[in-house]
Amino acid sequence: MDAILLQILNGLDKGSAYALIALGLTLIFGTLGVVNFAHGALFMIGAFCAVTLNKILTLSREIVDETRTDFLGNPLKVKVPYVEGWFGPELGAAIIDWSVPLAILFAIPVMIAIGYVMERGLIKHFYKRPHADQILVTFGLAIVLQEVIKYFYGANPIPTGAPDAFRGSFDFGVLLGFDPNVIIYPYWRLVYFVFAAIVIGAVFAFLQFTTFGMVVRAGMADRETVGLLGINIDRRFTIMFGIAAAVAGLAGVMYTPINSPNYHMGMDFLVLSFVVVVVGGMGSLPGAVAAGFLLGVLESFASYSPIKNFFETYLFLPSIDQIIIYLVAIIILLTRPRGLMGRKGVMED
Amino acid sequence: MSETTVSRRGMLKTGVAAGAGVALPTIFTASSAAAYTNEPTGSTVTLGFNVPQTGPYADEGADELRAYELAVEHLNGGGDGGMMGTFSSKALQGNGILGKKVEFVTGDTQTKSDAARASAKSMIEKDGAVMITGGSSSGVAIAVQGLCQEAGVIFMAGLTHSNDTTGKDKKANGFRHFFNGYMSGAALAPVLKSLYGDDRKAYHLTADYTWGWTQQESIAAATEALGWETVNNVLTPLAATDFSSYIAPVLNSGADVLVLNHYGGNMVNSLTNAVQFGLREKEVNGKNFEIVVPLFSRLMARGAGENIKNIVGSTNWHWSLQDEGSKAFVKSFGTKYGFPPSQAAHTVYCQTLLYADACERAGTFNPCGVAEALEGFEFDGLGNGPTLYRAEDHQCFKDVLVVKGKENPTSEFDLLEVVEVTPAAQVTYEPDHPMFAGGNLGECNPGA
Repeated sequence: MDAILLQILNGLDKGSAYALIALGLTLIFGTLGVVNFAHGALFMIGAFCAVTLNKILTLSREIVDETRTDFLGNPLKVKVPYVEGWFGPELGAAIIDWSVPLAILFAIPVMIAIGYVMERGLIKHFYKRPHADQILVTFGLAIVLQEVIKYFYGANPIPTGAPDAFRGSFDFGVLLGFDPNVIIYPYWRLVYFVFAAIVIGAVFAFLQFTTFGMVVRAGMADRETVGLLGINIDRRFTIMFGIAAAVAGLAGVMYTPINSPNYHMGMDFLVLSFVVVVVGGMGSLPGAVAAGFLLGVLESFASYSPIKNFFETYLFLPSIDQIIIYLVAIIILLTRPRGLMGRKGVMED
Repeated sequence: MSETTVSRRGMLKTGVAAGAGVALPTIFTASSAAAYTNEPTGSTVTLGFNVPQTGPYADEGADELRAYELAVEHLNGGGDGGMMGTFSSKALQGNGILGKKVEFVTGDTQTKSDAARASAKSMIEKDGAVMITGGSSSGVAIAVQGLCQEAGVIFMAGLTHSNDTTGKDKKANGFRHFFNGYMSGAALAPVLKSLYGDDRKAYHLTADYTWGWTQQESIAAATEALGWETVNNVLTPLAATDFSSYIAPVLNSGADVLVLNHYGGNMVNSLTNAVQFGLREKEVNGKNFEIVVPLFSRLMARGAGENIKNIVGSTNWHWSLQDEGSKAFVKSFGTKYGFPPSQAAHTVYCQTLLYADACERAGTFNPCGVAEALEGFEFDGLGNGPTLYRAEDHQCFKDVLVVKGKENPTSEFDLLEVVEVTPAAQVTYEPDHPMFAGGNLGECNPGA
């Protein structure tokens, strides 16, 4: 029982990332009809927004410490962040410590701007082109973006930690009456799950309870009719592209303390997120979210050693952890061709 | 207006000549005048540096390339000479190799075996490289080593740690200066015993490819010989980025030590995840829970940040060593580039000097002459103490460093501290050791 709970918990944070990326993908597909393979790159750029803010906050002046030497035997140059000089050592250090949550404020305008430029500058030229063209151009864009990031930040992961207050883990098992040390869960992963739930809730509320959202939903259902009513649906869809980019970016920002970001992290999530979208049902926002969490938890279970060994020994399926998502996707698509919550008519023309 | 006439005989001659040229892959042929593949005939000799310039190990590749360029500069008489001044062999004079100025071409392995073979082949066929060196992955090193054997050029391996490189996949034309998984196990075991005792239960997470398998086997054997029990070994996909679902069950397994047989991004992520799950703060079986990373790299330690503190592992070389060779290399590299070299940079610099020195001593670039000069070669002054290039498997035997993450680093480079220098004798094994069995060095191939 404890092992099952542990794997469910583990799946939730990964599922949160899948759900947030898939939500953005579905928003773009549902509104603009574009299959955006650059969406993983937006997740990665979001993570590097956190890295960039951290680098800005730790910009330092050098003070020569005559008492110590560097690796060449010269007097050591000690770096003191400007922030600590301006706000005092304690407040300055606290600002640097909280750089990841602060990066949310930094990332939102940056990601919306990137999304806007991407849509106006490139994607809009491919609205009426076949999906294959869209995939090629957005995949190419993703590679360009990740190479640009690698050029400026290098290929190795860059550690960007959570605030001290959220480091470490808490004993979830004790709360539920289990023995100590049985179900351990890191604080930041819990923060990530709650954050994802808030963002997902906010997007749904925005679409459900605002006039803007109502128009967008109408446009997703029947773009031509909404246009005939004199509503500039294209402008709203462009804004939705920006919002989708911001959602992916925020998912990336908050993910940085979980795994040190590197230029390739977008690609690592992209393919799985597409599977999530297809399993959830093309164009279905609740489907994307549900499938994200479902596949995250399934992947977590498949990585659990006894389950892995069972599949290898009795079903001759080694490395089930690597194929489980695709296996489930095949089964779901065979039994429910439109995915879990897919709408009729989407991607069926 | 000119008129061109083509005779039947001329057409036949041209056709036969062109057909013969196209039919023969140039990599496996040499001109009748050449005694071996790419025999240098002019005033220069070309070396091929095959490193990951893109992909996950691009930073290691960039550092390797810096070291290669430094080595070439020193071989041609530039700079301060680096470790040429401390190298026990005095055959190198700073006038190139055998009087020929050293030039180089570079290839991008992308850390993919097929891409690495393609770039090595191109450097041999098109650029006339007489020696190929590089790599930051055992899979790549083994693939390129095989190609060089077929092509008839020497392969001086870069950063490759799998036992197989000089074990079951060893080749007569291939040589490795870097240490291997067995040596890591042999060096770490006594230190682990003194730090954590001989009654421990270890849980292994292992990267699912040749390097991970051989390292896990080596570490498990070495620690089991101490009295440790291996509770579980879980293979993790090389492409994995989040290891939480592999790490979470560790605490319930009864294990009190986690061994991460991971390298590169895998190591950074698995270690970060393990620390996030609070493993290091736990007490299991009445002992503090410990994490071991058998193969350390300073570049990777930087990625892991604070999580690396007090974690024990092994490394081939570290810039803080105080022998004359290491000091000369750090000074030379640090002055040129502004930061200390990594172990990847050190091993490829050594390999370039060792190759050049072997050519000088053999008096030829012929791979068979060079191989003969390297086999059984004993040297010192290159940062690892007295070293032997063993003839039986072309593996270097030298001291191995046991290191741990520094508690209070003074700079972004000062991440590891040397805990112990394990003498070469303690990490030496028989050529027919079971972990290295199954391969055959074969005959040297000069390619002609």
